[in-house]
Amino acid sequence: MYDVIVVGGGHAGCEASHIAAQMGGKVLLVTGNIKNIGDMPCNPSIGGTAKGIIVREVDALGGLMGKIADISHLQIKMLNNSKGPAVRSLRAQADKITYPKNMLKALKNTKNLEIKEAMVEDLIVEDNTIKGVITAEGEKIASKTVILTTGTYLKGNILIGSENTPGGPHGEKRSNYLSEKLKEYGLKIMRLKTGTPQRIKKDSIDFSVMQEEKGDSHYWKFSFDTPYQYKIEDQQSCYLIYTNEKTHEIIRNNLKKSAMYGGYATGIGPRYCPSIEDKIVRFADKERHQLFLEPESIYYDDWYLQGFSTSMPRDVQEQMVHSLKGLENAKITKYAYAIEYDAINPLQVKPSLENKILTNLFTAGQINGTSGYEEAAGQGIMAGINAILKIREEEPLILKRSDAYIGVLIDDLVTKGTIEPYRMLTSRAEFRLLLRSDNADLRLREYAHRVGSITKEQYQNYLTKKEKINKYIEFLKTNHLSLTEENKQIFIKANIELPRPNMTYYDLLKRPGITLEFLEKNFFHYEEDLEILEQVEIEVKYEGYIKKTFKEVEKLLKLEEKEIPEDIDYDKVANLANEARQKLKQIRPETIAQASRISGVNPVDISVLSIYLKKEYNHE
Amino acid sequence: MTDTICAIATGMSVGAISIIRLSGPDAITVVNDLFIEKDLTKVRTHTIHYGHLYDNDILLDEVLVMIMLAPKTYTKENIVEINCHGGINTTTKILETLLKKNVRLATPGEYTKRAFLNGRISLLEAESVNDLINATNDASRIMALNNIGGKLTKQIRDIREKMGKVLANIEVNIDYPEYEDELQVTHDLMHQYLTKFSTDLSLLVDNAKNGKLINNGINVAIIGKPNVGKSSILNFLLDEDKAIVTDIPGTTRDIVEGSITLNGVRINFIDTAGIRETTDTVEQIGVLKSKEKAEKADLVIYVVNNNEELTEEEIKLLDNLKDKEIIILVNKNDLPTKIDVEKIKKYDIVYGNTKNFDGLENLKKAIIEKFELEKIVNNDMSYLSNIRQIDLINKAKEAIDTALKSEKDGMEVDIIEIDLKLAWNLLGELIGDAYTDELVDNIFSNFCLGK
Repeated sequence: MYDVIVVGGGHAGCEASHIAAQMGGKVLLVTGNIKNIGDMPCNPSIGGTAKGIIVREVDALGGLMGKIADISHLQIKMLNNSKGPAVRSLRAQADKITYPKNMLKALKNTKNLEIKEAMVEDLIVEDNTIKGVITAEGEKIASKTVILTTGTYLKGNILIGSENTPGGPHGEKRSNYLSEKLKEYGLKIMRLKTGTPQRIKKDSIDFSVMQEEKGDSHYWKFSFDTPYQYKIEDQQSCYLIYTNEKTHEIIRNNLKKSAMYGGYATGIGPRYCPSIEDKIVRFADKERHQLFLEPESIYYDDWYLQGFSTSMPRDVQEQMVHSLKGLENAKITKYAYAIEYDAINPLQVKPSLENKILTNLFTAGQINGTSGYEEAAGQGIMAGINAILKIREEEPLILKRSDAYIGVLIDDLVTKGTIEPYRMLTSRAEFRLLLRSDNADLRLREYAHRVGSITKEQYQNYLTKKEKINKYIEFLKTNHLSLTEENKQIFIKANIELPRPNMTYYDLLKRPGITLEFLEKNFFHYEEDLEILEQVEIEVKYEGYIKKTFKEVEKLLKLEEKEIPEDIDYDKVANLANEARQKLKQIRPETIAQASRISGVNPVDISVLSIYLKKEYNHE
Repeated sequence: MTDTICAIATGMSVGAISIIRLSGPDAITVVNDLFIEKDLTKVRTHTIHYGHLYDNDILLDEVLVMIMLAPKTYTKENIVEINCHGGINTTTKILETLLKKNVRLATPGEYTKRAFLNGRISLLEAESVNDLINATNDASRIMALNNIGGKLTKQIRDIREKMGKVLANIEVNIDYPEYEDELQVTHDLMHQYLTKFSTDLSLLVDNAKNGKLINNGINVAIIGKPNVGKSSILNFLLDEDKAIVTDIPGTTRDIVEGSITLNGVRINFIDTAGIRETTDTVEQIGVLKSKEKAEKADLVIYVVNNNEELTEEEIKLLDNLKDKEIIILVNKNDLPTKIDVEKIKKYDIVYGNTKNFDGLENLKKAIIEKFELEKIVNNDMSYLSNIRQIDLINKAKEAIDTALKSEKDGMEVDIIEIDLKLAWNLLGELIGDAYTDELVDNIFSNFCLGK
């Protein structure tokens, strides 16, 4: 018998099966097509704002995405590098051939992990407890836990204009019955929609009239464990172009023909990835919209036209694409399409990602209502870890909103639910100064070590790094700058306000305009890795803001500690407002903090609830 | 429950003494910071200490401070009670000073709630706490929404909306850095925005302090010709002999103040020297002051004599005060009517006499009606909600000033934004229309982005 069966080989499924196996579980990954493992059916990139930080978090927890992206990209950039440290995030243009190939290789090299090609159409359920899966061929496979990471394959429908074809991306087979079965077992199913733009043949594009967007001339990597494995000069470029009045006119004239505006689609599409017709209708006064051309792979000639996703019929898409500068003669190799699929209402999922109705069933990725490879990977790794912890009969690992973007993501999903595919944004995180790209390992490796999802060596490296940081900060705190005439001149020359005499380097570093590099260059010598320098500088320079954020976190943690017993009967809690009572009954929050984030549950209701808990459970 | 709370424990009517109570771990250190005579952190529990409270260099009041250490207190936390002089100004000043420290205003019923949660009071008692929390919170929410004047709410909402737009813009710059067509919030732009928000909030802080009836009371000037009975009216209203009353015209030269409380709102009466042309220099100052006071008053009670005809001068002064709230008291209605009421019928008129005080109660009623004092829910509550508002506005202003400092220090825009977001949240709390995903919704309704 398997410990864990993972259904689906997308980004959630890869992380879930890999981490569960790495933690010692006997794991089976079932997928409809082995060739599509780690597939990127939409944009050819990994990371992006906030998402790049999730990739770092997955890596810190022992996951694969960062390591695979590091050896599979065509270009890498640090977004927001000129902004504050909290909002910096990596994005790589990943090669759509290399990435899945490297991912499959990594999975095949994972001990305890088997891969099987089959379509799962039902679950073995006894007394609301999962005992395994049943394939389309009727084969029953037993396991202690099941993780569903079905992506867009649950009753997937491809929409191009008024055409509606059952199937997953690339015209793959879809799962026809699984979502119906889930409904029978008591889960609420919702219908979501997402879209993807056209692919254009490389030699039909006139790049000479477009604005080139190069990769950074600085080395970057996602993973904390591996060295740099690319050459800066080998990076491929992307290109920026704009829509024009002619494009807009074509879209306006054909609006009725689009699946969305013509009324052929029923799913709810995401606001942050609107179709181009949506943009033209909603922002009618905008004269142009930005589009990007991105290479999909060096092994074939498709270029991805980011920003142009649409559900228009093929002939209109031809006109639209040809109206763009540099694409007058473009050959469309793949038309844009919208895809509709079934997902479960995430309010039925616990913070551990286990299902509230079906014991030992976990879900991750698009099935939980999210969008994006990184969001999927983040949930996948947590589902994998928690499935194993469940088997070990240990407490689940639940990352808090102050621990990780992954924590924010899952908490949002299971507390607030979602009606559109959920995408991570920096603005969703209230403690983003703590949730930085640079410190994902410092935030999460301790947890990873505790549950055993990283190796001893990885943990040791983390401890060494931490020690180096502390040592350096200690050095800065205990050494002073004597303000000699010579030193004064250095400040005057650099146009920096003269400091008070005999300040510590630590206090100096806090002053505006003074960097660690400036101090190290002029006043002392301290050999250390760039990674350490960055960490030290951020921790010292932003200490005031970080402390302020920690104060807010403390308030939250106090409430997180107050657990709500699972057996609470909200009908017995007197004086709750009706809306609050309904929401609490539906969501069944695990802590007072989670309860307080539910819309419709007011501070008064929280007071009433606290008093009830104290009375009934002698809850502190 | 690790934060420290404070509130005025006595009612807000004018009494000889007010008590401000603090509960929580920092209660003693916070008060100690203001107290100069001795170190209150070193004193024994359940002891009383005489001394003075200072806000930096400014003397707040001469006080008695009672120190009670946890756990033998009402809330089982450290409790400090400050006995200060009564009167809204002094008490409010001390409370405001405390709120600037690491202390927040207690919510209604919070002391009792803490007493319960800390195991100090029984379940039976707790049932009533439950009710109390429900009742008072609803009331305070309604008040938070209604009691700030519609105009003020609108002002706050406007400022907040502008902040929201800037925030959404900054977030868009962060989440979609490659979208160069969107406006980039630069340092210069941030400086402009913040300076404007700081000015806007300063105005609100001033308004909140000066304009609010509940906080400051209503200033009433009693004006009229000499010997028309102004001082007697004041005496009646104040129920004490504070003003000097004689039959000699022009006796009252100094402006005498006294206060009463009507429906929880403080009414400050200003007696004035008679208004008439005079050659007496001492009295001239009195007349000038009268006009000046009338200008500063929220309400003028204009006293005329039923037994005399109105003079040109009286009509002229009334016309001059036309932008004031005015109640005309026709005094001496026990004597034959010689006054031409036609000339003043456009004003609210109350008839009475100071001889046997007939009809003077109606004067109070007229004031209550004029300012709709009956609509103010309850004096303590209104007052609390007001202090809460001032507290929030002050904190919002502080946050903006901190942001300005960060800007000056050359911090990145997304770091400066931390305090701008704080101010935006505080204003949301103030007008009560914040919701969790507001910012995200804001981003997608105002910007055009995505694949």
